[in-house]
Amino acid sequence: MSYIKPKFRHPRLPTNNLGYTIADYDGAISTLCAGCGHDSISASIRNACFKSSLHPHRIAKISGIGCSSKMPTYFLSRSHGFNSVHGRMPSVATGASLANRDLTYVGVSGDGDTASIGMGQFIHLMRRNVNMTYIVANNGCYGLTKGQDSATADLGSISKYGDVNGFDGIDLASLAILQGASFVARSFSGDKEQLEPLIRAAMAHNGFAFIDVVSPCVTFNNHNGSTKSYAETRDHLDAMPVDFVPMRDEIRTQYAEGTSQSVTLHDGSVIHLRKAVSGLATNDRQSALNTIKSNEDKARILTGLLFLDPDTQNLSTSLELATRPLNELGKDELCPGSKVLKSINEGLR
Amino acid sequence: MKQIKGTNDFVVKFANVNGTGSASANHLFAKAIFRMGIPVSPRNIFPSNIQGLPTWYEVRVSSKGYLGRRGGVDLMVCVNPQSMEQDIASVEPGGYFVYDNTKPLAPHLKRDDIHFFGIPFTEMCMREYSVPRLQQLLKNVVYVGALAALLDIDFGVLKGLLNDQFKGKEKLISSNVHALEMGYQYATENFQCPLPIKLKKGGNVAPHILETPHILMNGNTAAALGAIYGGATVAAWYPITPSTSVIDSFATYAKRLRIDAGSGKKNYAVVQAEDELAAMGMVVGAGWNGARAFTATSGPGVSLMSEFLGLAYFAEVPVVLINVQRSGPSTGMPTRSQQSDVLAAAYASHGDTKQVLLFPATPQECFEMTVNAFDLSERLQTPIIMMSDLDLGMNDWMSPPLEWDDNYEMDRGKVLDAQGLDDAKKWGRYLDVDGDGICYRTLPGAHPTKGAYFTRGSSKNEMAVYSESGDDYVRNVDRLLRKFETAKDLVPQPKTHPPIEVKKPKTKLKLGALFFGTSASPSYEAVEMLAPEGYPIDTMRIRAFPFHNDLDQFIHDHDLVFVIEQNRDGQMRQLIMNECQIAPTKLTSILNYSGTPITARDIANQIRTSLNTKSAKIVPLHAETA
Repeated sequence: MSYIKPKFRHPRLPTNNLGYTIADYDGAISTLCAGCGHDSISASIRNACFKSSLHPHRIAKISGIGCSSKMPTYFLSRSHGFNSVHGRMPSVATGASLANRDLTYVGVSGDGDTASIGMGQFIHLMRRNVNMTYIVANNGCYGLTKGQDSATADLGSISKYGDVNGFDGIDLASLAILQGASFVARSFSGDKEQLEPLIRAAMAHNGFAFIDVVSPCVTFNNHNGSTKSYAETRDHLDAMPVDFVPMRDEIRTQYAEGTSQSVTLHDGSVIHLRKAVSGLATNDRQSALNTIKSNEDKARILTGLLFLDPDTQNLSTSLELATRPLNELGKDELCPGSKVLKSINEGLR
Repeated sequence: MKQIKGTNDFVVKFANVNGTGSASANHLFAKAIFRMGIPVSPRNIFPSNIQGLPTWYEVRVSSKGYLGRRGGVDLMVCVNPQSMEQDIASVEPGGYFVYDNTKPLAPHLKRDDIHFFGIPFTEMCMREYSVPRLQQLLKNVVYVGALAALLDIDFGVLKGLLNDQFKGKEKLISSNVHALEMGYQYATENFQCPLPIKLKKGGNVAPHILETPHILMNGNTAAALGAIYGGATVAAWYPITPSTSVIDSFATYAKRLRIDAGSGKKNYAVVQAEDELAAMGMVVGAGWNGARAFTATSGPGVSLMSEFLGLAYFAEVPVVLINVQRSGPSTGMPTRSQQSDVLAAAYASHGDTKQVLLFPATPQECFEMTVNAFDLSERLQTPIIMMSDLDLGMNDWMSPPLEWDDNYEMDRGKVLDAQGLDDAKKWGRYLDVDGDGICYRTLPGAHPTKGAYFTRGSSKNEMAVYSESGDDYVRNVDRLLRKFETAKDLVPQPKTHPPIEVKKPKTKLKLGALFFGTSASPSYEAVEMLAPEGYPIDTMRIRAFPFHNDLDQFIHDHDLVFVIEQNRDGQMRQLIMNECQIAPTKLTSILNYSGTPITARDIANQIRTSLNTKSAKIVPLHAETA
């Protein structure tokens, strides 16, 4: 890891629609291992927020525990962040989103944090369709405790210590599709061309958006025999390039007919999938599941947008919450006063 | 044969089968006494079961207004053959036993020191009603009718209650009134009514009761109203007896009182979580983001929430937890009451943690303390745990009406908004600017360039920058202790009463008694029982942890102090010993942990025994407190 962050910024750094430069989306210097896939994800989140012209202070970053969950320190220093409890980020994010429905929530988790200790909360988060982006930095191992297999490690993958994993890995993307998540994608930390637009689309989505990002662990899971190493992932990647076009931008790019698919999000933004994947219709859960499985059978990792339901109801809508954030309400809206209490007393006599 | 006598002073107990509709008939009985203006305290003693197991309902009538359990049963109404043997055995000599004699009573069950009143409830209902469900349901109403004659309940009051209950359903009203009359008529025709124990409106009822128009409500409903009035907007929870009705009531009141007038949408959110871990996580997330959020749970839920309670303590997030205590883990005894989470709550979680606890003793306090809990949690930026229990939470208590001051302003504590951040010379999330251990927090989204910080557990410095430095850690946890000191003067103070004058004291020892929550009412009664016997005992009711310095002083001022509580290990006694540096010999435990609420007689007996044994006559210790 580096421990000095250069303070120099080019005086004419480009600005986005809100006048922010990319530096306004920076975080503290990373303390993760040099070459860690997670740092690329942090960079993609930063770039996505810059390109989508989001106010940094209107974003809240929430994480659980683990290498992945340290990430929110390394992007968006102007956003509030919460490094919460192992596996319990979903509940903290749910509560935060109930308190203020107007902020953009980014949850960052890992495969241990989500697929093991946090599995229960992860499932229920999807069931409630909390309006947030949930990114799993998936490296198939526990980094902070030095390389134990996680529940997403593939069957037969060999650990750094030479042990062969004897259990089927949990595929979080398939699980998310099955559990009713309204936006499900998979990507690779090394593919920022794809990851950035996916994050932008996820943040524009009006509901729960899940991105499973394969993010190799350079220290404990990047050797021969690991199925989540850089080399192995690159070799087996079947990437579906993605473009994200915000609502306000005119669509200029032309796509050859039959080779692409477009989906319009709730806010009018458009996602273009630049390559048709045989058998995949992103509005059909079953087709998404089948396509993931058939790729897996061919030892291919399919990345890109896998499923999207743009017209979904998020938790705030299904609970019929008032539009004004609950944390802004005061005594006048909340406290019924002494007259009402008198009549309640009457009813108890 | 002796007959127990007394106007407006007796204990009636009903022995029923769970799930047979007895609850509403028993409630009708208790509420009728309440409406007659006579102090009454009904208690459900119920199994963890929906149908079939024995269940009891104990109604205490007390002219002086004692609302705790007295102990003993003067009149038993038994409609459950399963428990008949123990029910007969539990009646005081000279007492009364009303039972269903459709089948004759087994001769071996007869006692010759109590009075038996056989009424053929089943036979009467089989004859009168053809529908089996009515035969079962109205049997309960028939015994209430019989009691109306035996105890002289105002029949008009009973009818009025039925009218209120079944408003607009004339058929139901008339069938219920008919059942009442059947029972009433049978009793007047076959027995000498009323019995020597009876009710009398006005009568000998204590003036302070007569002067105030009381209400009848349970602590859980009162706490729910406290959450409404205290401005709670997020309730996240997982069902668990006996706390469930806190959130149920909150949702019911919120539906009525918290709808946005313009849009018809909700100014509150209730989420039934997947477990208590998630429930507390949601409360922490909402509290961190500036909403008043709370949850309600019981023992096992507190265990599950402990991890988050630790995080909230160190991360300094406002959280309100209503803990309705019960008896331990799993199922069964958990439908019974205890005060056995004191230590688990006070030191909930990992690391050096101390949590702020509030101990309500009445529904009125459940209401007021819940409101207060939200203010305290934001003022102190820490979890506030209100320690109710099953007895207080789920039983109806006679209470003065709830009161509200419309000038109340929520105390949102030290929160810097955009303006505040611009005005602040130097801001750090964990900088103790005011010296009270409480720092200034900011909410997400408040300011474009200032006030953002990263919330973590314990590894941080004053500026909320990640740090594993031992010095930073020590400074931080020492400040948290300073904050806990600040809390001492903010939490509800203990209550004392003027000492009771005793003409010829039997002891030279200065005696004191400490208690809290539902142990309070029977403790006051026990103290009044012991005074005429020559044992003057000063009292202090603990209402919060951290303990106020007055508690140290009270213990210091007495030679022997009884700590009355409802758990096996004397947990409050331990907490006091631990926190106030008190010598163990000075504090004597008076305990009940049977699962049924402690009684005044039991407390008095234990104190008598304690004073008459050698150990109580030890030389008083004076030098042990600092």
